[in-house]
Amino acid sequence: MENQTLTDPKFAELDEFIDNLPDKKGMLIGVLHKAQEIFGYLPAEVQHHIAQKLDIPESTVFGVVTFYSFFTMKPRGKYQIKVCLGTACYVKGGQKISDRVKEELGVTGDEPTSDGLFSVQEVRCLGACSMAPVMLVGERDFYGRLTPDKIPQIIESYRRKENKK
Amino acid sequence: MPLENTILICAGGGCISAGEISVKEALENEIKKYALDGVVKVVETGCMDACSLGPLMVIYPEGVFYQKLKPSDAKEIVEEHLLKGRVVQRLLYKGPSGEIKPRATEEIPFFTRQVRIATRNLGVIDPASIEEYIARDGYFALRKALSMTPEMVIEEIKKSGLRGRGGAGFPTGLKWELTRKSKSDEKYLICNADEGDPGAFMDRSMMEGDPHSLLEGMAIGGYAIGAHQGYIYVRAEYPLAIERLKIAIKQAREYGLLGKDIFGSGFDFDVDLRIGAGAFVCGEETALIQSVEGKRGQPVQKPPYPAQSGLWKKPTVINNVETLVDVPYIINKGWEAFASIGTEKSKGTKVFALVGKVNNTGLVEVPMGTTLRELIFDIGGGIPGGKRFKAVQTGGPSGGCIPEEYLDTPIDYESLTSLGTIMGSGGMIVMDEDTCMVDVARFFLQFTADESCGKCTPCREGTRKMLSILDKIVEGNGTMEDIERLETLAVTIKDTALCGLGQTAPNPVLSTLRYFRDEYEAHVKEKRCPAKSCKALIAYRIDPAKCTGCTACARACPTGAITGEVRKVHTIDQEKCIKCGSCFEVCRFDAVEKLDAVEVTADT
Amino acid sequence: MKIKSLEDLEKIKEEGLKNLSGRQGKKRGRITVAMGTCGISAGAKDTLMTIIDELDKNGIDDIAVVQSGCMGLCEVEPTVEVQIGDQEPVIYGNVGIEEAKRIVKEHVIGGRILGDLLVKKSAQ
Repeated sequence: MENQTLTDPKFAELDEFIDNLPDKKGMLIGVLHKAQEIFGYLPAEVQHHIAQKLDIPESTVFGVVTFYSFFTMKPRGKYQIKVCLGTACYVKGGQKISDRVKEELGVTGDEPTSDGLFSVQEVRCLGACSMAPVMLVGERDFYGRLTPDKIPQIIESYRRKENKK
Repeated sequence: MPLENTILICAGGGCISAGEISVKEALENEIKKYALDGVVKVVETGCMDACSLGPLMVIYPEGVFYQKLKPSDAKEIVEEHLLKGRVVQRLLYKGPSGEIKPRATEEIPFFTRQVRIATRNLGVIDPASIEEYIARDGYFALRKALSMTPEMVIEEIKKSGLRGRGGAGFPTGLKWELTRKSKSDEKYLICNADEGDPGAFMDRSMMEGDPHSLLEGMAIGGYAIGAHQGYIYVRAEYPLAIERLKIAIKQAREYGLLGKDIFGSGFDFDVDLRIGAGAFVCGEETALIQSVEGKRGQPVQKPPYPAQSGLWKKPTVINNVETLVDVPYIINKGWEAFASIGTEKSKGTKVFALVGKVNNTGLVEVPMGTTLRELIFDIGGGIPGGKRFKAVQTGGPSGGCIPEEYLDTPIDYESLTSLGTIMGSGGMIVMDEDTCMVDVARFFLQFTADESCGKCTPCREGTRKMLSILDKIVEGNGTMEDIERLETLAVTIKDTALCGLGQTAPNPVLSTLRYFRDEYEAHVKEKRCPAKSCKALIAYRIDPAKCTGCTACARACPTGAITGEVRKVHTIDQEKCIKCGSCFEVCRFDAVEKLDAVEVTADT
Repeated sequence: MKIKSLEDLEKIKEEGLKNLSGRQGKKRGRITVAMGTCGISAGAKDTLMTIIDELDKNGIDDIAVVQSGCMGLCEVEPTVEVQIGDQEPVIYGNVGIEEAKRIVKEHVIGGRILGDLLVKKSAQ
């Protein structure tokens, strides 16, 4: 465990972030955001590491991780698809969009696809209500005014991007 | 005298050959006749690109487009449009497709009815440029505030009548005064940018489009209450807002507008971001404080209020984004400018997010006291597709639905409360005849049941119980006793829950029961969904008389429930149909009908 | 530089105003693309890139291209404001890739307002 901590560059990156914080007080959520950015999810060993590093009980870390929906202890797809089910999207058919995305990817819940490329989440308002229904792929790619028949094309564009690599 | 109208008349080749010059002369003569030549300017422009419809003109500021003009039309344009402000419908630009472009009619009020205070810089400045913000009088209010005493600043805000824009409408000046008076070595100001209400996005837009206004408002607030550190608690779902705020904070620090000794006044103030992690309850102020401290965002008992004991047990003010963005305007222009707008108890303007089944979706800022009808029909342009308005939902999961008969209610904090809803952060979700009110109530209950933090029993257990009853009703298994039970539970939760989330969670159910009880009863008694929205209670069928056998529906059907040969009537296998509605949407001949399930089963 | 006085602030305001009017330095105009989340979800990134590309292709370097926040009228996103010289700024709506190309070709180069895309004059 300790050895892995020392050798895995991901842990080193996280440590560097924590060491550079001007004040560690109250920064647990910020550290967890960073850790999830680095590891993609927050498995037990990462939580353990953070607890030690910040000198707080592991149970506190676990409590915070499980409280907030943004944090996940399970791996997610490379491209996380967030389908908005806020009110405006809901009344404009957001559920149909989500159903279609899942159908297209062959998943039933938030588990990643077998190739690890995608995972779907139904999320609360993304704040692009005027473009309802919307979904977000990754951090930046917003798609608005969706209809279910636009979904295959959008997913395909990411598959193509992967194949090119 | 200022120029009131500019008329651009197309002088492209097409329009000239269609008689533009004589139209222009006729127009100028009419303008002179009414002595409007001082306030109306006629300008010839290059080709406007709709040559077949020439001569063309555009009248500003409204941007109304007229087509196929003749010299004889000039009189009507001047008398009706310029003098009376009425658009001459018969001359409106219809575009090549023949349909009237919305911009020429509905979109005029969209802009002209708005009073932009909180959104004063949105879409005008580059959010990544502090210089452009300063060019629009940015940071002048901070400088002015620092030349006043903190008490004077508080007095100014109190007199302006500004109330919190995040929900309950607590007077901002009073909140500041209470915190100012709390004795402590340290105080904090937190901006609540955890815009969690689904359907509201004004805070996001303001942070994305005008981040410096928020920073300036926070610095003024910090000075007024005696804080030296501010935090913006922003949702992780808003990456763009976070990025723009980071840039803005850096710029403000470089110019010394945040940091030590601002404007040489000796006042120090800095702002940092705290990123939320997806918990609706963190919009509640005590839960938000827990979250800023890096803990689970669970609410705590009040009192003590944050004004006495907030972040790290120090006196803390929590203000919403829009509230803080209003502050520099009030300081710059004086309290009278703000207080002169609005109603008796609700001053100034409010930004609303107009979304859902409305033509002009978007962000609008109007004076308090504007009616719902003006907002939805004049500014919002009404309901698309010729559908009928059913209700407007305000206040997010803590609010309720307002039916048609109350559309003429002037919007303010008190009037909305009396209708069984709340102002909330300003989301206005318009619903039409296709929206099922029971399903809407269920949607919100699912939301609050999911987001309940679990600390107090009424909210944790009660919302789940209410949700399961609503599930039963939308599936067609509800009884009349269920409706009664729903009401009893709602009232109990309202009275006993710990925090605002739980106390307001029953509102969507109570308000829909109040105004749309008949829809609940139709689900229960007749096993019918009047809006034809609840899947369990509807069925699709193909009308053989209308079906042309184009196969579009069969191709769209995800479960292969539709069969039929090309150019022959198609049919839906009810056993296989999952009621996704894809066939209904793709059919170009209106051959797919949406019916009550009871009707279809009776048929077969 | 730290701003310490009203004079400092006024000086920056003056510079900023030049920027806003699109006539800073040798710039002849300014194209503003609304890049709020709503604009981006309607495809404003493509619009912005197209405008930059088209200006480049035509060797135009005296038009500033800037981003702004949401104008409010999300229904017609992506929205683009064009201001050339002393002319009133013009706002176009529903500006996709093709429309962006036309704006550069017809309005910026040709000097003609595109009637079919026009939403209204400046929001100010």
